Amino acid sequence: MKETQTVQNNTKNTEATERISGSEAIIKCLLAEGVDILYGYPGGAIMPVYDELYKYQDKIHHVLTRHEQGATHSAQGYARISGKVGVCMATSGPGATNLITGIADAQIDSTPMVCITGQVGSHLLGSDAFQETDIVGISTPVTKWNCQVTKASQIPEAIAKAFYIARSGRPGPVLIDVTKDAQFEEFDFKYKKCKGVRSYKPVPDTDKNTLKAAAELINNAKKPLVVWGQGVILGKAEQEFKAVIEKAGIPSAWTILGASAIPTSHPLNVGMVGMHGNYAPNVLTNECDLLIAIGMRFDDRVTGNLETYAKQAKIIHFDIDPAEIDKNVKTDVAVLGDAKASLEALLPLLNANSHIEWHQKFKDLYNIEFEKVIKNDLHPTKEGLTMGEVLKEINIQTKGDAAIVSDVGQHQMIACRYAEFNKSKSNITSGGLGTMGFALPAAIGAKMAAPDREVIMIAGDGGYQMTIQELGTIFQQKVPVKIVVLNNEFLGMVRQWQQLFFDKRYASTEMTNPDFVAIAKGYSIEAKKVTERKDLKAAVKEMIDCEGPYFLEVRVEKEGNVFPMIPTGASVSDIRLD
Amino acid sequence: MENEIKQFTVSIYTENNIGLLNRISAIFQRRHINIESLNTSPSEIEGVSRFTIVVNITESQMKKIQGQIEKQVEVIKAYYHTEEEIIYQQSCIFKMKSNLLFDERQIQNIIKESNARIVTVNRDFFVIEKSGRKEEIDLLHRELSVFGIMQFTRSGRIAVTKDEMKISTMLLALEH
Repeated sequence: MKETQTVQNNTKNTEATERISGSEAIIKCLLAEGVDILYGYPGGAIMPVYDELYKYQDKIHHVLTRHEQGATHSAQGYARISGKVGVCMATSGPGATNLITGIADAQIDSTPMVCITGQVGSHLLGSDAFQETDIVGISTPVTKWNCQVTKASQIPEAIAKAFYIARSGRPGPVLIDVTKDAQFEEFDFKYKKCKGVRSYKPVPDTDKNTLKAAAELINNAKKPLVVWGQGVILGKAEQEFKAVIEKAGIPSAWTILGASAIPTSHPLNVGMVGMHGNYAPNVLTNECDLLIAIGMRFDDRVTGNLETYAKQAKIIHFDIDPAEIDKNVKTDVAVLGDAKASLEALLPLLNANSHIEWHQKFKDLYNIEFEKVIKNDLHPTKEGLTMGEVLKEINIQTKGDAAIVSDVGQHQMIACRYAEFNKSKSNITSGGLGTMGFALPAAIGAKMAAPDREVIMIAGDGGYQMTIQELGTIFQQKVPVKIVVLNNEFLGMVRQWQQLFFDKRYASTEMTNPDFVAIAKGYSIEAKKVTERKDLKAAVKEMIDCEGPYFLEVRVEKEGNVFPMIPTGASVSDIRLD
Repeated sequence: MENEIKQFTVSIYTENNIGLLNRISAIFQRRHINIESLNTSPSEIEGVSRFTIVVNITESQMKKIQGQIEKQVEVIKAYYHTEEEIIYQQSCIFKMKSNLLFDERQIQNIIKESNARIVTVNRDFFVIEKSGRKEEIDLLHRELSVFGIMQFTRSGRIAVTKDEMKISTMLLALEH
C-alpha cells in the first residue's frame, strides 16, 4: 500500500504544473536549459519578459547591449568560446530586424544561438501595428528554424525545441517570436526537454563502408593533404582529429573557422588555406593526390576557382551535413556523420605513415613565403608599424593562450595568419558572412563566457566604429576585454582591392577618424595610442597587465597590403606573394 | 547529362506548419530558380503534408536543392523525379458565355473530345473543368480561346510516382 503511494507521488511530481504567465515561463525555460547569461535590449513588445527578468535577476544575468546587433554578436562570442548556446532577446519591429545581421552570421558560421523576440499582440498581427514586423518571414532564410508563438501554452515546447535544434547536428540560430498576449497569458506550466523532432535527423548515420573506403584511399596516398574546418571544433573532435593526422602523418591545413582546433605549433599544422592563407597549403592543394576535407564546406574563399581546384586529387569529405556533400566540390568518398565518432572509427583503419618528402615540400614553400611575406610582416625594417608585428607582440606576451576575437578585413587576415593558439575555440571571427562590427560585441560575449581567459579583440578602424557603442556595455558590465584597434585610416581590405584591381581609385575608403583614446576614456576605459615601434612592447604589456578593460590603438602603415592573395576567380595555385 | 536543363517534379513530405512554404520557396528564389508550378496538400499519411513542385533545372542543381530542402527541420523527405517516373495531372477551369453553347455547336464536340466536363450552366455563363497533362490543357485552351474565354485558371501539377515511396516505413522508424 505504501509503495503504491510513493509511485503515485512520484508520478505526480514529474507531471506537476504551476500556473504562471507566458513571460515567467520563458525565464523558467531558459533556466531549465542552463542559460545563465543573455544579451538583449528591452522594448514595448517584450516588456512582460523583462519584468520577469527583474524578478529573476539573481538567477539569470541579462546584459543590456547598446544595439540589438551587439546582442547577437555577444551571444555568438559566448557560444563560440564555450560551445554552449548563446541567447539574445529583443523587442518587435526594429528590435527584431536589428538581430538579422547577427542571425545571418550565426547561420553561415553554424553558431548555436536562440533569439527570442517580442511581437505585437496576436489580435494586431498583420495590421501594421506599431513596431510590428514579420520577423518570422524576415528571418526564415537565415535561421535553422523559427516559429511564432501566440499562446502561452506553446512556449515550453517551442523553447525546448529551439535549444535542441540550435545545438544539435550542424548548429545554427533559431528564432522564437512571442506575441505580447502570449507573454501575459497564464497557463499551467510544465517543462520537458526536447529529445528529438520527428522530421529532423541531426546526425546522419555513418556508413562503415565509406570509412573503409576513406581509410584505403588514405593508406594508399603518397601526397595526402587534410583541410579541416570548424566541424572539428563544433564536433568536439580535436583529440580524435589529432590522433588521425598524427598516425597517418598527414600535413594539415585549416580554414579560418577551423583555426585553433590543434595548436598552431603542431608539426603537422601547415597553415591556413584560402584567399589570404599560406602559400604551401594553397599551392599544394593542386599537387596532392588526396584531399581529405574534414568539417569544412569548400567555401569560395577557400577554393578559388572550382574548375581548377584539386582536380588531380581524389577527394574525401567528412561532414555532418549531407547537403554539403558535392555542393561545391565533387567527392570520391563522402563520410557522413559526427566528426568525433567518424574520426575515432577511422583511426584503427589507418596505417602509420610519415610522408617525409611530401612534408619537405611544405617546408620549402613556407620558406619562400617567409622570405617574401612573413619576414616583412613580422620583422619589418622599414618605418611604419605593420599589423603583423602587433600580432607577434601579442603572441609573445600571451604565449598563445589568449582567445583572439577579430573583426573583418585586413587585420582579420593578419590575425588569423599570425595569431598563435594553444587551445581550441580560441579564434573567434566572422568567417562566412564577413560582418564588420562583429568583434567588439563578440569579445564581450567571449569574455563573459570564459572570464578566466585572456580575450583580445582586434579590429580595424572601420569595423570598430560599426559597433563602437558597445563600449557602453563594457563600461556598465565591467567586462575586462582588451581592445586593439589597428588603425590605418582606411577601409584597408577594400583599399587593397582598389589598389590592385581598380587602378588605385580609392573611392570612399579613406576615413577621418575621431580621437579613439578620448572615446574609450569617455567610457572610463584605460586607453593608449602607439604610433612608433619602440613603444609597442610596453603598450602591449600594459594592456595585458591591466585588470580591467583596456583600449590600445596602434597606428599602422596606411597602405599596407595582405599577402599572399588569391585574386577572385583565380586558381589556388596561382596565389600571389606580392 | 547533369548539366542539361530538364523538368523535375519535386515531392516533399513535411510537417504541416505555418511558414514552411516560405522556407521551401526561399530555397528556389535564393538560387534564382522559377517555380513552374506548386501544389500543397495532405498526403497519404495523416498529419503529413505533401508539396509538389515543378522546376526546369539541371540535375546537378536539382540534387543540391534536394539536399537544401531535406536540411530544413520540418521536412521529412524530399524526392525528385523526371516525367517518365511519375503519373501526373493538372486541372483547369474555363468560364465562358452561355450563348456560345447554342451558337457555336463545335464547342460541345471540343468538350467531348477533350474529355472535359461541364460543371455548371446558368443563363449567363457555363464552366468547363478539365484534368490532364499540361499539353492537353494547353490544347483545350487554344481551341476554346477562339470563342472568347471569360476566365481561365489552371492548378499546379499533382503527381504520384510509379515506384513505391517508402515514406510510411521511414516515418514509423522515426517514431521509434
